[in-house]
Amino acid sequence: MATDLVPEVVQPAADAPRQAPPGKKSRRARRPVPLWRDLLRYRWLYLLLLPGLAYFLVFKYLPMYGLTIAFKDYVPFLGYSGSEWVGLKHFQELFTGPDFGRLMFNTLLLALLTIVFVFPAPIIVALMLNELRVNVLKRSVQSLIYIPHFLSWTIVASLTYLLFSVDFGVIANWIHGIVGGQKVDYVAQADWFRPLIVLQLLWKQTGWGTIIYLAALAGVDSQLYEAARVDGAGRWRQFWHITLPAIRPTIVVMAILTSGHLMDSGFEQIWLMTTSLNRDVADVFDTFVYYIGITQGSFSYATAVGLFKGVVGVVLIFGSNFLAKRLGQRGLF
Amino acid sequence: MATTQSVRYFDSRGSRAFDIANAVLLTVLSLVTVLPLLYVLAGSFATESEISSRPFFLWPHKFVTDTYHYIFSTDTFVRALLTTICVTAVGTAVQLFLTLTMAYPLAKRFLPGRALVLNLVIFTLVFSGGMIPTYLVVRDLGLLDSYWALILPLAINPFYLIVVKSFFQELPEALEEAARIDGCNELNVFLRIVLPLSKPIIATFSLFYAVGIWNDYMSPLLYIDDSKKWTLQMIVRQLTAANADSANVLQQLETVTFPEQGLKFAVVVVATLPILFFYPFLQKHFAKGVLIGSVKE
Repeated sequence: MATDLVPEVVQPAADAPRQAPPGKKSRRARRPVPLWRDLLRYRWLYLLLLPGLAYFLVFKYLPMYGLTIAFKDYVPFLGYSGSEWVGLKHFQELFTGPDFGRLMFNTLLLALLTIVFVFPAPIIVALMLNELRVNVLKRSVQSLIYIPHFLSWTIVASLTYLLFSVDFGVIANWIHGIVGGQKVDYVAQADWFRPLIVLQLLWKQTGWGTIIYLAALAGVDSQLYEAARVDGAGRWRQFWHITLPAIRPTIVVMAILTSGHLMDSGFEQIWLMTTSLNRDVADVFDTFVYYIGITQGSFSYATAVGLFKGVVGVVLIFGSNFLAKRLGQRGLF
Repeated sequence: MATTQSVRYFDSRGSRAFDIANAVLLTVLSLVTVLPLLYVLAGSFATESEISSRPFFLWPHKFVTDTYHYIFSTDTFVRALLTTICVTAVGTAVQLFLTLTMAYPLAKRFLPGRALVLNLVIFTLVFSGGMIPTYLVVRDLGLLDSYWALILPLAINPFYLIVVKSFFQELPEALEEAARIDGCNELNVFLRIVLPLSKPIIATFSLFYAVGIWNDYMSPLLYIDDSKKWTLQMIVRQLTAANADSANVLQQLETVTFPEQGLKFAVVVVATLPILFFYPFLQKHFAKGVLIGSVKE
């Protein structure tokens, strides 16, 4: 199925910068052929390029220019350029304000929970699937556990509600039947927010996450196993000395990708699970930006919070990539 | 790949025990994954009292379709369903058009300026303007409360673009060259040679884009205020929200309040069904999915 994809997997991100070393290309572009000759010669290609380019400029790069309002007191009436510069006022407000510590704590704790519980899950399931010898069963399990990946967070949140609601939630009633005592409102209460988030992530993403590890496992040369068996290696030793080392590079790449997105708590998921009772533990940078920006209309302050998060994100991506290369692994770029 | 495994181990007793435990565990795992969905499907055909009294069931005692009759008789739900279908159809077409037309020139290594554009695209993967500046752009374009706001801001997924570009690069250059010699210009090469060769990848990305729009909750949340223009995901959210304030929104929506729990089951089913319907096709194109998933996660 996804067997021969291993080398391709890392390719898009990895090859892109190689094709486009910015310094070199721009120098080559300054060759004697005048610009209009190129434009004329490749007019159809440029024409095809135009709509997409326009999209990136309008919906990706115009917002980046819009980031300047993080350093201004943006008044819609005055526009981007007319609004007054205020320097780092909004960042000061963020760092010294009452929310920062809580947001940072919530964001990082969710990231930590993700790394501890969600990240290893697909690796374990992939290894289990790999040991499965009945092919029909293997394929059926795969078909079933991939499904949730394609469902929206709205559906996942609704399912959580239907299963855990106080009134008629099947799981809530079931737990109540075993544990007894007072009925617990799992969906609304702050104590249960983080476990439910982790549970949702496990349910939705574990199956899909196995694909990449299974692809790596499928690429292992079967001769290695035969040779090991001839040398008297049992099943456990084959697993330990062949299977595990085979997926280590994949695990490292996935770890880099995950740590590059530590600050990106999924907005939709968290927003959908936030209630008036659990906001203290639920608020993360992403949802906070929505509250103060869209709900309260403090565009400049919200933009500053978003910019802070974005910059930390860039640092994390490059940092984890650098670290991986120092550890002798192939990085992403 | 599994045939090699079947001869891999000699059958010691411990090994057999492990195999059985492993198979059982994985079966349980698959059941845990799908049982919630099957329960909701069964619940949507059950009576109100059965939902609240029976602990868990996959087949209702009394099979009723009241909830479906009800939701399809409300304007709100039918409108949302039609809106979502239209936005998904138009949106997918727009996204495909923009992705394919942009990927093709980017696949031409000889094109001056290609590197610059490619770098512009890749940079957006690392850094973006974020929620508020994007919202302000959409607002300044006058797109608030317009269906286009659900389509245009997400019109190109940079990951998909890069994958399509790589696909175009791997097409045999000789075919295109032959067409050029026969007097085709680049536009015709693209339309008559490249696109017909790309049917599988076009099918794949239509599905991925369509699922993306169908599932999108953030865009309507950000850009659509008018409850008459809500999409299905918004309705699902309003009906099953854990938020305390959602009840108010609902009452503004319909003069009749939604009385039954069963409705929530039915709405979730209707919102999920198209995805499950297309799931076999999605699964068929998993190979590409790995590619995308791996870059994305």
